[in-house]
Amino acid sequence: MKNQAAVFFRIFLYGILIAPLVLFVLYAFSERWFFPALLPTSWTTNIVTRMLNDSRTTSGLFISIGIAMLVSFLSLVIGFPAARTLGSRVFRGRQIAWLIFFLPTVVPPLAVGMGLNILFLRLGWTGTLFGVILAHLVPTLPYTIFTLSGVFSRYDENYEHQALVLGSSRLRIFFTVTLRLVFPGLVVAALFAFLISWSQYLLTLLIGGGKILTLPMLLFSAVSGGNPTSIAALSLLFVTPPVIIIAASARFLVQHGKTIREQY
Amino acid sequence: MFKRLDFSSPWIKLAPAILVISLLFGASILFGLTQSFGLMTGTEQEIISFDAYRNVFSGQGPAGREFWSSLGFSLWVATTSTLLSAMGALTIAIWLSNRKGKSQQTDTLALNWNLAFPHLVWAIALLLFFSQSGLLARFAATLGFIQTPADFPILVKDRSGIGIILDYVTKEIPFLTLIVLAVLRSQAENLDIIAENLGASRWQRLWYITIPQVLPALMAGSLIVFGFVFSAYEVPAILGVRYPRMLPVLALDFFLNPDLNSRAEGMVISFVITLIVMIVAIISLRGEKEGNQ
Repeated sequence: MKNQAAVFFRIFLYGILIAPLVLFVLYAFSERWFFPALLPTSWTTNIVTRMLNDSRTTSGLFISIGIAMLVSFLSLVIGFPAARTLGSRVFRGRQIAWLIFFLPTVVPPLAVGMGLNILFLRLGWTGTLFGVILAHLVPTLPYTIFTLSGVFSRYDENYEHQALVLGSSRLRIFFTVTLRLVFPGLVVAALFAFLISWSQYLLTLLIGGGKILTLPMLLFSAVSGGNPTSIAALSLLFVTPPVIIIAASARFLVQHGKTIREQY
Repeated sequence: MFKRLDFSSPWIKLAPAILVISLLFGASILFGLTQSFGLMTGTEQEIISFDAYRNVFSGQGPAGREFWSSLGFSLWVATTSTLLSAMGALTIAIWLSNRKGKSQQTDTLALNWNLAFPHLVWAIALLLFFSQSGLLARFAATLGFIQTPADFPILVKDRSGIGIILDYVTKEIPFLTLIVLAVLRSQAENLDIIAENLGASRWQRLWYITIPQVLPALMAGSLIVFGFVFSAYEVPAILGVRYPRMLPVLALDFFLNPDLNSRAEGMVISFVITLIVMIVAIISLRGEKEGNQ
């Protein structure tokens, strides 16, 4: 009896896990699907092919990938030294530094975006890739710093001391010892910074001003257009990188899921 | 010799990140505040005015007419979503923690999986599934419960926010479940066995041992959920209706209004959201600290 309930629950749980993907595939490849048919009565790949050949979608895809990769890279480069300091050293004012990084995770992107909108308008940065990338850093940078500082709080500096004693240069120590030891954490921080930027709608809207058309922007306009087939096709495209990334970092997530979810 | 590694003051290494964050974030708050006083909104106004605040809190204009009902609606959606998620998470976590073995890893993995679906996409999936001609309605029709799409209850884009709540509950239950599971797996067992030996019933053990143990973590997590639901834009924009609207939707609508005077009002509304979220965050942090002691 108890076993049966467990099996049922598990089937239900795994059902929910793949349900969105199944739903998107059904709608995206349906040609005729009238109520109350459970499955489309005729199938087509036209919608998906047309979408993939549409220049708006392809440029949206490349802009999204480009922005997310740059944002992720910048977050790592700027966040790395800060995270190491915050994670492995005790110093006066540590609480204040922590607070500075914590605040942007609490204040909603809505308020940040509205404030930045007027500032960037004056600087002429609205509607530019540069402006959008800067705006995306506000949520991704604190996130990267907190993830990496968690990694550094478990990091053993003695390996570096040892290399130093053996005569390595500081640059060589950084690349052969430090980077290698924190590499898994680094990859996951980068992937999640990518995801946060990838799924960002509000900041792109408020700073991009309708000129920087990332996938979430296209997805929103598809939703207001109301055609389920094109909504589903676009959703499928949009959700592919996150699905791959989560599947790939599954092992790490089991250990560190909690810190990651709070930010994402 | 080891000193060479420790090459500088911590602040030099923190400087780039602090500079970027405080410039962008600090400026956004500063410029937001200035705008809420009617300055720099693109209008000719040059002196500080509290018109926008007055219009939002007690005005007869569009902002004043909708603000309080929006606030009420936001509180309703956020509170209900949070409570339902917390109860669901507690139930599932307790149920899962009773089962041992290799399924543990799989469960944790499964609970993390919905990270693969950003809120935007999750809301769209719900829209396709729960709408009146959606997949669930088709199931209902196949089983003979309904005849036409109109017979199916309005579950998304409904006036009482059911669709929005449904979205947040399904998305946040896994998040809170992981938090509760982490506490349960780290400590619960011994006390539970002692209580069982002393003759406590299953419900007594649940009520006096398990729940008090997980409550601090669950509370802190729930407050994070509340803050997120209260301030997020995408889900209510996709699954909500024209009236009543949640505060973030209202704020953005006023902010992007072609009438430049309403920009300040949008800003004021977004500060109300920020203020409430900040208060909730402070309570959450306090709770977490007490829980750790």
